Amino acid sequence: MMPMAPLRLPFATLSSGDMDLAGGFQAVLEGWGLAPDLAHALWLPLPMLLVLAAALVGVLASVWMERKVSAAVQQRIGPEYAGPLGILQPLADGLKLLVKEDVIPARADSLLFTLGPVLVLVPVILSWLIVPFGQNLLISNVGVGIFLWIALSSIQPIGLLMSGYSSNNKYALLGGLRAAAQSISYEVPLALAVLAVVMLSNSLSTVEIVQQQNSAGLLSWNIWRQPVGFLVFWICVIAECERAPFDLPEAEEELVAGYQTEYAGMKFALFYLGSYINLVLSGLLVAVLYLGGWGFPLPVEWLATVLHQPLSSPLVQVVTASVGIVTTVLKAFLLVFFAILLRWTTPRVRIDQLLDFGWKFLLPIALVNLLLTAALKLVFPTIFSG
Amino acid sequence: MSLALSTQLVCFLLLSGALLLGALGVVLLPNVVYSAFLLGGVLLSMAGLYLLLNASFVAAAQVLVYVGAVNVLILFAIMLVNKRQPMEPMGGLLLRRLLSVVVCLGLLALLVEVALTTPWELPGPPSIGEEALIRIGEHFFTDYLLPFEVASVLLLMAMIGAIVLARRDVLARDVVTGEPADQALLERQRTPVLPSQGGSSPSAPSPQ
Repeated sequence: MMPMAPLRLPFATLSSGDMDLAGGFQAVLEGWGLAPDLAHALWLPLPMLLVLAAALVGVLASVWMERKVSAAVQQRIGPEYAGPLGILQPLADGLKLLVKEDVIPARADSLLFTLGPVLVLVPVILSWLIVPFGQNLLISNVGVGIFLWIALSSIQPIGLLMSGYSSNNKYALLGGLRAAAQSISYEVPLALAVLAVVMLSNSLSTVEIVQQQNSAGLLSWNIWRQPVGFLVFWICVIAECERAPFDLPEAEEELVAGYQTEYAGMKFALFYLGSYINLVLSGLLVAVLYLGGWGFPLPVEWLATVLHQPLSSPLVQVVTASVGIVTTVLKAFLLVFFAILLRWTTPRVRIDQLLDFGWKFLLPIALVNLLLTAALKLVFPTIFSG
Repeated sequence: MSLALSTQLVCFLLLSGALLLGALGVVLLPNVVYSAFLLGGVLLSMAGLYLLLNASFVAAAQVLVYVGAVNVLILFAIMLVNKRQPMEPMGGLLLRRLLSVVVCLGLLALLVEVALTTPWELPGPPSIGEEALIRIGEHFFTDYLLPFEVASVLLLMAMIGAIVLARRDVLARDVVTGEPADQALLERQRTPVLPSQGGSSPSAPSPQ
């Protein structure tokens, strides 16, 4: 039996200054006569469920946006009968997928065929662990922060390979291999771009990365210090989400639907869900890394001083927290909107162009960006380090 | 026993169970694809054990390097090679199996001996948790500088070797056999579809 140190994960305090939701909740439960341990255990699933629900609502919103924006790009109307402006269309889509027959091809490997979509979805959902919506509004402020996301997203290719292989279909296998090759190639410049940001803020934690950008509102966002890194990260994130112009793994003209070819019903829905959760997550992470996260373009502290409100008053705290959540979501969905526009207006690249672009263009650029950031950090320590 | 400690115990038992069963599966299953996927599971459970020991950076690095890179590479190799040749019964299979069992048991005995005779400090040094990242960096650039640099040179050599092997067709002589290389596989320059746009550089041959 190995000796066990007590596990210290700074789980879910959800407190904002004096506003300590976790403490309050546990105090109420303890007031009812529950043990502190049990009260804590009852608190733990709440933020996780909340974030999961937020992710699912984000998926519904982005699916609706995708349908409406694609319609506008192609001068159609798009969904309009399900709810006002067709806003219930994604729900109808989900319901349809839920009641469809779940087909497993006769010659497929049923175990791996079922496990594949799960392995694609779970790491994406787990990555929401580190997305901050405010100072303490995140599930877990783990020290490895953004590195955890990079590590988790490297599990995804295994799920893609698994579903491609187990479908027993040549299109699926080719699609799975392409997907894995693509996400491995673009992971490298992605990690290098993140490394440059981490170098600026001296921390891997997403909370500290945002805090370091919020000293002067809009002007102190990382996008001004890392314009090249921002572009590299954005391109890589689009490629990791397998969206056009990088949607080769499911290129209809060549591969039917790539690794999803044999999937139907709920298993297909898992892929669909995974790709949109990943899209919203990518938007959030671009906002966190480069656009100041929950920070309002004008610093909220400055606004409060102008309005003669003390920062510690409960009203200001609630307003600050809400403004933080709304700003984060707005920034993320603005980026999702750009990703959708990009998908419906750009042609698909070829596989050799894709790999050339990743290895011969983005990788050197990301390396130069990293070296330049390190050099600038040494020369101008006031601007380039925290 | 407090709730946190019992949760930890349950996690430890589950992870070690998954690790042992997975490792046995990697060795014993006849289908090599299952073995490769199970290897990924084993490496993930190992990362879970690191996480239980409060070494979150090591856990994340384990997932990134072993699951995300090594295991994916193994799977790639299996799926790209996909050679369906009939297996011929090998001579002296029994002897081979016996020999490998003896070697493995010897290794096991050696490891158990080491584990039992080492004076383990119980309880071990307190974990430094989130400070670990800084401490690892300090070690890399002070007392472990030489291994760190040697490892990077090793990786560079492996990379150059891989490039030379992959691009054997552009060399005039084969690096392995020394014979003139077969240039027939080299992709021809594409003739542009539209003659008016002639002179546009054809894309490089795909690196696949």
